[in-house]
Amino acid sequence: MRKTVAAVATGQTDHVSRRLDVGIPELVREAVDRCLETRELALADVDALVVGNMEMFEGINLVDHWLVDAIGAAGKPLWKLNNGGTVGSSIAICAYYLVASGYHRRVLAVGFEKQSEGSTQSAITTVGDPVWERAVMAGAIGNFAAMTSVYVDESGVTPEQAAKVAVKARRNAARNPHAHLKMPNLTVEEVLASDMLAYPVRKLDFCPSSDGACAVLFAAEEDASLLSPRPAWIHAAVTAHDQQYMGDSPKRLAEMRSLIEARRRGYAQAGIEDPVRDFDVAEIYEPATYAELAMYECLGFCEKGGGGRFIDAGVPEMDGALPVNPSGGVLSTNPVGATALIRVAEAAKQVMDEAGDHQVPNVKRALATGYGGNAWTDLLVLSTEKP
Amino acid sequence: MTAADEPLRLAQQITLHYRFAAGTFASTFFRALKEEQRLLARACPNGHVLLPPRPVCGLCNLATSEWVEVGPNASLGGFTVVYVPFIDPMTGVGRPVPYGFGLVRFDGADTNIYHLVDETDPAKLRIGLPVEPVWREPEERIGSFADIRWFRPVYSA
Repeated sequence: MRKTVAAVATGQTDHVSRRLDVGIPELVREAVDRCLETRELALADVDALVVGNMEMFEGINLVDHWLVDAIGAAGKPLWKLNNGGTVGSSIAICAYYLVASGYHRRVLAVGFEKQSEGSTQSAITTVGDPVWERAVMAGAIGNFAAMTSVYVDESGVTPEQAAKVAVKARRNAARNPHAHLKMPNLTVEEVLASDMLAYPVRKLDFCPSSDGACAVLFAAEEDASLLSPRPAWIHAAVTAHDQQYMGDSPKRLAEMRSLIEARRRGYAQAGIEDPVRDFDVAEIYEPATYAELAMYECLGFCEKGGGGRFIDAGVPEMDGALPVNPSGGVLSTNPVGATALIRVAEAAKQVMDEAGDHQVPNVKRALATGYGGNAWTDLLVLSTEKP
Repeated sequence: MTAADEPLRLAQQITLHYRFAAGTFASTFFRALKEEQRLLARACPNGHVLLPPRPVCGLCNLATSEWVEVGPNASLGGFTVVYVPFIDPMTGVGRPVPYGFGLVRFDGADTNIYHLVDETDPAKLRIGLPVEPVWREPEERIGSFADIRWFRPVYSA
């Protein structure tokens, strides 16, 4: 019989382009301390840990071993996961499994990236299949822009609608003390005037590179209510993969098969029938503005082709029916190995009513996703109600 | 903060060398590409034609069963024009910008590959636009998708 599990505490660094004042273990330690401090816990209170990042970004193998002392893992079970964009949500799901299985009571998920230490654009080539894909890669931005064209062709979304997502993200970020790009006065016109990176994606349509870390503590039922006054109970934690090569999924962003499959299973597990009605907030992994619009559709927030009209109607704004990414999202903060864990942490904070100036009122149920370049997706549902 | 107590940054450069075994499917494919300018995809029993060719069809979870020739004519499944500099993984130097880039679907295949496109005006590119491969000279070919220099749009008169 599996255990009931909740996220009970979260901690994040204040994400920026370069944290030159700390090394990787010190940066990670900061997030772990902030997480445990919220519940007056010590490292000794954690039974097991799962850590993750994108190792090629820093060029350090065995990060799990290098972080043992900083995260209090000596003598304890510790696992490392390294699976690209979703690493943060995958370590959250792994921590959930470890608690749900009954093997461990309190498991800490720790994700980080210190992108200032390496060359993201060079390291990203290592995600391509060496036999088939590397010879003709164009990096994360070129890849992303090419699939955006398919979505634009199918949905008819406009650059102005995409720019509204950029404005929403950076304005929301201005109320989040941990966010990296805070632009409270950003306008659609400024987004449309920013440099073209790869047609039709402009600089302000795309996520930044950040240094940052995040930690989330998961606990079983008997501990959760003692540790948190308002635990964020996990109702669904699923992952789904698509085929292996980047050109396999014919519609790419326009029809994200792994996200649609994760949604099908996750909504069924959590009893979600109408996501706009049933969720009070969503923290989704949107690497770019156009992706967020496409995700509205693939997550069933609106009809196919309706992503642009969904933001025109203001539904995902802070005062809309379903605020999406009150934290500012990936468009505002992107320490890759922490990014998807930040989605889980922010969803948990909303459920726990601990999101401060970017709190959505009366959150009962929250959605979090992780995005693995279309090829795989993680999805979690968190709630104030025990399953 | 003075220079004396500023945190240090330590610069390192690591060069690693790899030799990847291409495997039987890629060896068959790239030999035919290099020596005969033929494109060989792999079909599963349910008729999905997969390029790159592979041992198992991910849509059916069935072993693929036959080689099928596709292309060389193709069409764009998606496109962009890239303006941001990117280090070419094959050469280690920056690829000159702007350049066209896209999802290319060979006639007869059910999947796309990414490749370079010989057009830098996005207004001249569209989904479904016919394109054809521009091959390197036989003596320049190494058995790689880079043996196709890029894809050239075929505009109807």
